[in-house]
Amino acid sequence: MSRLSSSGPQTADAPTPEDAFHETAALSDRDREPRHGAAADGPMLAADGTPLKKSLARALRAQKLRALALIAPLLIFVLVTFIAPIADMLFRSIENQIVQDTLPRTTAVVQDWNPDTGEPPSEAVYEALYRDLFLAAEARRHTRLGQRLNYEETGMSSLFRGTGRDVDDFGEANVETLEDLDDRWEEAAFWVELTSGEGGEGVVDAARERYMRLADLSSRSPLGDVWCAVKGVFAETCDVAPEDVDLGFSLSGTFAETFPRTAEAYAEFAVFMALEEGETVADDEPWEAVYVALDQDLRALSPEELAAYDGPNADALRAAQEALAEVPPVDFRAAFLNSDEDWADIDNWRTIQTYSPPYTTGYFLNAVDMQKTPEGPALRDADERIYGLLFQRTMFMSLVITFSCILLGYPVAWILANLPMRQANLLLILVLLPFWTSLLVRTSAWKVMLQQQGVINDVLVWLGLVADESRLIMINNQFGTIVAMTHILLPFMILPLYSVMQTIPPSYLRAAKSLGATNWTAFWRVYFPQTVPGIGAGSILVFILAIGYYITPEIVGGTTGTFISNRIAYHISSSLNWGLAAALGTILLVVVLVLYWAYDKIVGIDNVKLGG
Amino acid sequence: MSDAVVITETKTLPFSFTLPVVAAAGAFFGLFVGTAQGSTLLGIVGGAVICAALAYVALAMAGVDQERTFKWAVIALFIVAGFVVGRIAGAVVGGLFGWFLGWFIYWIGRGRYRMFLPPYLTSGQVLWHYTFRVICGAVFVFLITPILVVMPLSFNAENFFTFTPEMLSFDPEGYSLKHYRDFFTSADWQQALRNSVLIAPVATLLAVSFGTLAAIGLSSEHVPFRQAIMAILISPMIVPLIISAAGMYFFYSRIGLQGTYLGVVLAHAALGIPFVIITVTATLVGFDRSLTRASANLGANPVTTFMRVQMPLILPGVISGGLFAFITSFDEVVVVIFVGSANQQTLPWQMFTGLREQISPTILAVATILVCISIALLTTVELLRRRSERLRGMSPG
Amino acid sequence: MNLAKTLLASTALTVAAGAVAAQDMESPVAGEPMADSMTLVSWGGAYQASQQNAYVEPYLEMNPGVSATWDESSNEAVAKLRAMNEAGNITWDLVDVVAADAIRLCDEGLAMEVDHDEILKPAPDGTDASDDFGDLIVSDCYIPQIVYSTTFGYRTDMVPEGVSAPDDVCDVWDLETYPGKRSLERRPINNMEWALYCDGVAKDEIYDVLATEEGQDRALAKLDEIKDEVIWWSAGADTPQLLADGEIFMGSTYNGRLFSVIEEQDQPVGMMWDMQVFDLDGWIIPEGLEEEELNRVLDFLWFATDTQRLADQAKYISYGPARESSAPLVDKHAELGIEMGPHMPTDPDNAENTLLYNYEFWADYRDDIDAKFQAWLAQ
Repeated sequence: MSRLSSSGPQTADAPTPEDAFHETAALSDRDREPRHGAAADGPMLAADGTPLKKSLARALRAQKLRALALIAPLLIFVLVTFIAPIADMLFRSIENQIVQDTLPRTTAVVQDWNPDTGEPPSEAVYEALYRDLFLAAEARRHTRLGQRLNYEETGMSSLFRGTGRDVDDFGEANVETLEDLDDRWEEAAFWVELTSGEGGEGVVDAARERYMRLADLSSRSPLGDVWCAVKGVFAETCDVAPEDVDLGFSLSGTFAETFPRTAEAYAEFAVFMALEEGETVADDEPWEAVYVALDQDLRALSPEELAAYDGPNADALRAAQEALAEVPPVDFRAAFLNSDEDWADIDNWRTIQTYSPPYTTGYFLNAVDMQKTPEGPALRDADERIYGLLFQRTMFMSLVITFSCILLGYPVAWILANLPMRQANLLLILVLLPFWTSLLVRTSAWKVMLQQQGVINDVLVWLGLVADESRLIMINNQFGTIVAMTHILLPFMILPLYSVMQTIPPSYLRAAKSLGATNWTAFWRVYFPQTVPGIGAGSILVFILAIGYYITPEIVGGTTGTFISNRIAYHISSSLNWGLAAALGTILLVVVLVLYWAYDKIVGIDNVKLGG
Repeated sequence: MSDAVVITETKTLPFSFTLPVVAAAGAFFGLFVGTAQGSTLLGIVGGAVICAALAYVALAMAGVDQERTFKWAVIALFIVAGFVVGRIAGAVVGGLFGWFLGWFIYWIGRGRYRMFLPPYLTSGQVLWHYTFRVICGAVFVFLITPILVVMPLSFNAENFFTFTPEMLSFDPEGYSLKHYRDFFTSADWQQALRNSVLIAPVATLLAVSFGTLAAIGLSSEHVPFRQAIMAILISPMIVPLIISAAGMYFFYSRIGLQGTYLGVVLAHAALGIPFVIITVTATLVGFDRSLTRASANLGANPVTTFMRVQMPLILPGVISGGLFAFITSFDEVVVVIFVGSANQQTLPWQMFTGLREQISPTILAVATILVCISIALLTTVELLRRRSERLRGMSPG
Repeated sequence: MNLAKTLLASTALTVAAGAVAAQDMESPVAGEPMADSMTLVSWGGAYQASQQNAYVEPYLEMNPGVSATWDESSNEAVAKLRAMNEAGNITWDLVDVVAADAIRLCDEGLAMEVDHDEILKPAPDGTDASDDFGDLIVSDCYIPQIVYSTTFGYRTDMVPEGVSAPDDVCDVWDLETYPGKRSLERRPINNMEWALYCDGVAKDEIYDVLATEEGQDRALAKLDEIKDEVIWWSAGADTPQLLADGEIFMGSTYNGRLFSVIEEQDQPVGMMWDMQVFDLDGWIIPEGLEEEELNRVLDFLWFATDTQRLADQAKYISYGPARESSAPLVDKHAELGIEMGPHMPTDPDNAENTLLYNYEFWADYRDDIDAKFQAWLAQ
């Protein structure tokens, strides 16, 4: 509630804080002129003998540093607690790493597939999908991907969920052949012996990297280790990095070379055991994917090549190769189609292919009612377009609210500025009281007032102005939202207007009138122009606050009075489509920032005033 | 403008002016009563005639000497009439109208409406003057009515946000203090109150201490990147709340602050900072820098200068910024819902769930209590403002 | 074969012995170290109060020194658990969610898979918990507590004279016979089903029709007929408040809310059970609890989901207990003293024509249909 003489409106000739700086700057320039009557020919010297110019420059630098030192703590505070979260959220609107992280092998091979052929992808793609999906299902990450893709193509969610349940059984015949052949294949120790050795670190590290990406264990964020450091400041330090967890297992290089698929699958198994279960490969027999991989590898090797292999248990491998020759190879495509025939659907594969890259414009397209199609971005069907409408409506209603605030706020600010101090302050309390009353209370108050059986309708019916059967509908529509929000935001218009009007001397109006102006001319030509900065300040404040509103439209808005913020909240807490929420939020933020920039240009942020 | 003196003498105006004006007012009110009773025309005519007659009685017979008696008589008359038509509610409305009519008759009839206005105003200007006041009054009514309306509902004996017939007929049965009892005995509400009291002051303290330092830094001469820094510091006020809330939710989750006391405090402090910056920089603009130089000249070190000279003068700005920061935190619901967890459930959050899940006038009882606290705080601010002006030796205005 | 017979016989013996001992059985974690506080997540309002009265308070009395905190965040449970999981900091111990959310949480690995027979008390007659709950265990992570339904309530005093009270869900569409506003939930689920049903689609074909574009358009076209007369609600308290205010003639909401309006608040409101949609509510345990916390939760669950406790819950709210064995034990309302049996959604008289929430369908179609539905609403 501080009013200061020099913080007046930003009219051309009114003093501003900037002016004050320039004045001071000018003053210090003047200080550099000879003043003490010192030696006229040498440079001016300060008391300690240094040249005055230098001394002043040093003082100026010290001053700058001191100012920055004072600002720094807050700046860092705001950057960490506020700006970083916003930046983080913006990042989510383009982030799409989940597809690549969950299906690293599939996304790599599916790029070669051409959807225009009308044929589903090749067996190699299905095989890659099997290996990806198996690991993802074990880590229970596949449904999250299913949900992500379901935003783009309906049905993906259950596709992934259902097949995730079945994927254990793919190649069942081959797995059983192995197990029936020799009991040792079911022993954990046998497998450890088969695969252990030196030189396979590369394969293991790759598996670890894949798993960490899949399970979101790494601190792979735009700022990487900074997250960890920040976390260290507030809470405990980061746990032992997954990179450093001991697997209790070392892969043989020779084995990995001869049996690449098996080594890869077994390494994944080892990583999973260590990172997820806290155990080692010695504690359990490997999962089915390893058997299937071994089947693939043995088929790829000719008996001669296998005979040349001299690692441990080579005899068992040779026996396995013979036994597996009796059963047909695993048909991955058939297995997938058997689980769900939608795996033959071109559209599903196209979606996976389209959303493979780690960054996507998909969310933003979605946020402007568009979608990716084979022919490039295109508008959605008319019955699915909603965000354009909501953005438009948010803008339109915010404008109406701003305008009503000006209309209602201007006379009130005028009377506050022109009444004697004590009365004005009393009335000011009437303005501030709603301002300080809980937003929720005011919103529910409007609900009580506006509904069909509400106070206003009751009074109108009682007065006989409205028939009981034809009570006015004033809530759950745009009218209700506009009335309630005008009420809630009105103080934000009155306060800046009031502080501007207070600085306008009443003598200007009197002078205008005594020079022959009519009341209207005096007001319109003399008074009003001086209040424009106040209107600007109030309008932009109200407008910016209005387009971000969420609670009030939620409660009184019905269907036609809701704002874009309501959709953002819905996507955050109900549909969990955080990417889309972030994209919508980004667009809204850009609009607000443009307005903020305009505000700064027109009014100057220094001139925002609260509470007079 | 110095309005407190009477600058135009009053005198009894001719009946040719007074009676039609009063009759028009009577007709206006008669319209409503008439429509409600089923005969609009009768209401208008009756209202006009009754009011004109009363005006005649007042000005021609009672005069200024018996003004008081006359006014009370009119009030009593309308209370009785109102009671006959509409029971207790009618009596209340009748009483109010009677009071208004008594005042209005003398105000018009004796020309009192010109009392505080310059005598040279044309009657059109006088009319505009009062029309304008009525418009402003309407806006104030708009501002304050919703708050006044919910207060009686907090004494509702039922569990809904509805004026029951019992309440409207002022039946004591329709009222109860049970929602206040709820508030003071329910563990949830008490916990929420405690949380609010634990969170808001700490957030305010953080915002005020960082904010004041920064504002002092910002207001010194030659700050590099001043505009950019200012923009960053003000941004929590500008960025739509839903975006702030979402961003903080994701980010605080990542760094383990989501659902912690510290997280909520930091979030609220960030939201309060712009208010502190704005009010304190505004105060500092009016700060006479020669005072610090004088203090330094007299041998005080910078800390002493700050504590003994600068701080007392900018204190009102700091406190008023602090109050805004406090109310921001105390009334904040969107961010706390996202950033907090059960253990940080604040009053507004409790009110929000109360509103969504179990509509109960308890939240109105809480609101009524909070409005009373608001009034107390506003008075504090007002007193501080006066003190600040006294200190600076500025004239009020 | 003989071996198998012996095994079977001994199982039967164990079951018989269990029948005797079922009431005294101790929870599987008895004696283990346990945390002394729990954070329970629920919905707030009357439902949370019924949980508090039926088993949380009795449990706390039995275990002095243990405290329980409520978090009324079940609405945002999935979002918040995800965030907690990202942060690696689970602050909840036991979360009350609807079945659809439980399935989702279980699929994502955010909820712990449990062995129902191991952690839940058998029925008093020795029936295993998994059989006692039967088909209601819709997910391996889910411990159902109650069956609730979404159905319609109407103002009895606003039924036009000479017309019988509405008893058919299609009366919602009959604006001529029953003029007045309606309230429906602001989401496609349930509304689309009712619309198709009243548009003449057979009950068992509803989801097949709804899976097609034409079916969705058909449902929206049907809803269009009453769009102007509908107030859309999003919070459970809305319809009861609207009914109490007389703002609407009829509206959909949870049957427990209507019970509270009718019996506890004494408002002139009637219940229409036709085509009520059944859904479940129950507990999930978040994945990643510390061992002591988990032990405390298991100990609590053992007590809180037994036959008697679930039957007790029906004393405070009109939701049907999820255990078959609890049904005969359902008693009178704790305060009002009225018989609760006839107010259960599962009561045969009420359950003549019902629909079961189709979790699988909505998991797939929710995003798509919701986008359409919201676009339709906003027009």
